[in-house]
Amino acid sequence: MLKVTQLSKTYHTPSGKIKAICDVSFQVKKGDILGIIGFSGAGKSTLVRCLNRLEEPDAGQIVIDGQTITGLQGKPLREARKKIGMIFQQFNLFDSRTVWNNIAFPLEVAGWSREQIKERVATLLSLVGLDDKSDVYPAQLSGGQKQRVGIARALANHPDLLLCDEATSALDPRTTQSILELLQKINQQMGVTIVLITHEMDVVQSICHQVVVMEEGRIVETGAVEAVFRRPSSATLRLFGQQKEPIKANQLTNRADYQEVNSLAG
Amino acid sequence: MPDDLLPLMLTGTIETLYMITLSSLMAFLLGFPLGIILVITAPNHIWPLPHLHNALGTVINATRSFPFIILIVVLLPLSRLIVGTTLGATAAVVPLAVGSAPFVARLIENSLKEVERGKIEAAIALGASPLEIVGKVLIPEALASLIRSMTLAVITITSFTATAGAIGAGGLGSLAIRYGYMRYRDDVMIATIVALILLVQGFQWGGNLLARSIDRRRHQFG
Repeated sequence: MLKVTQLSKTYHTPSGKIKAICDVSFQVKKGDILGIIGFSGAGKSTLVRCLNRLEEPDAGQIVIDGQTITGLQGKPLREARKKIGMIFQQFNLFDSRTVWNNIAFPLEVAGWSREQIKERVATLLSLVGLDDKSDVYPAQLSGGQKQRVGIARALANHPDLLLCDEATSALDPRTTQSILELLQKINQQMGVTIVLITHEMDVVQSICHQVVVMEEGRIVETGAVEAVFRRPSSATLRLFGQQKEPIKANQLTNRADYQEVNSLAG
Repeated sequence: MPDDLLPLMLTGTIETLYMITLSSLMAFLLGFPLGIILVITAPNHIWPLPHLHNALGTVINATRSFPFIILIVVLLPLSRLIVGTTLGATAAVVPLAVGSAPFVARLIENSLKEVERGKIEAAIALGASPLEIVGKVLIPEALASLIRSMTLAVITITSFTATAGAIGAGGLGSLAIRYGYMRYRDDVMIATIVALILLVQGFQWGGNLLARSIDRRRHQFG
């Protein structure tokens, strides 16, 4: 369904080159939920943003449902994006639009008729459990409700693939759980393939089928979730696993991420 | 009270309102597209064209560096070309509009720049075209700020009309110079100042009301 081959992206900053992602290859089967996990700065956000070309990869290939996404420009790229939903950590709802109009936005853009939009938005509102919030503006919603609107908006135009960029990182644990359940329901009922990135191991363990572990822009571990978590080989996963215990000195490097974990643990 | 004060003030105010309305309208028509182009052609925005962006920025800065009274003099030939004369309220509209348009463009640019990057990215991710993003996201999201900016522009244009009055444009500024200053008519001077203060207060009040009603609708709780 999704095939990424040797994808690379380097940022050129005044202080030098930063390899955000380096030679990354992986595949996702139709209907699967792939979790990409790593510490901040591991390149997972850049990776997921390359999939719908919010970021421009320097090299490599992305193929979604047989269509090569890399290389598309202008209208064909916009048409491809209409079939790739995306939700964000900061929700990114339009404050000028009511909940109803936020969900209608992608349908307006895709040229749906007024009648079709009405019907589709009503379906989506009940799918995400916000039937009573239709005429409310985003500023009046809680974080969890905002993300539900984000999900409804992302799913409106029947995408084949849903990208989740730290979709639960701004939410409390209980709300996170309810959003994850919603994503799982969408995956099971609608068959939407999901790629989600997170720095929370619980998220991966609770809903993902496959997992990709990233460190410094590279994939260091990948496979089925149960298998990878049973025998973690990467430093990242071992550190995640030990967050509540003191970390041994020889596991620490100079990287800020590790020191962050260290200070959490210590 | 001298009996010519009231008729003088009446025609002066009408001329000034006429100049403000027409020049604001023209300045917005010119400045609004320029402001939008400035924003979206910036690097990393939805239609990056760095050369156009820089060229436009330079022209706008150059126009804005002119002291307004000099700009009027420079643009007088343009007035003669378009209106046929360099005197009167209509002739003044040309330099007023052309002189304020770059200022309006910068104001529009500043307002549209406030729209969070994430919202624009969401629209891009949903497959919206640059034109759709401008019409459905940038302008609606920045609406309250745009109204505040336009209020500021109208007030600046009001003060420009008074300056233009000094060199033959008519209106309240002309009254203040020709009667208040040159003929020592303190009553006219004071009346024009009061009229201008009332105009500016009125514009500010109206703009605030409009902008606040938008904010309140979007951010009310319950």
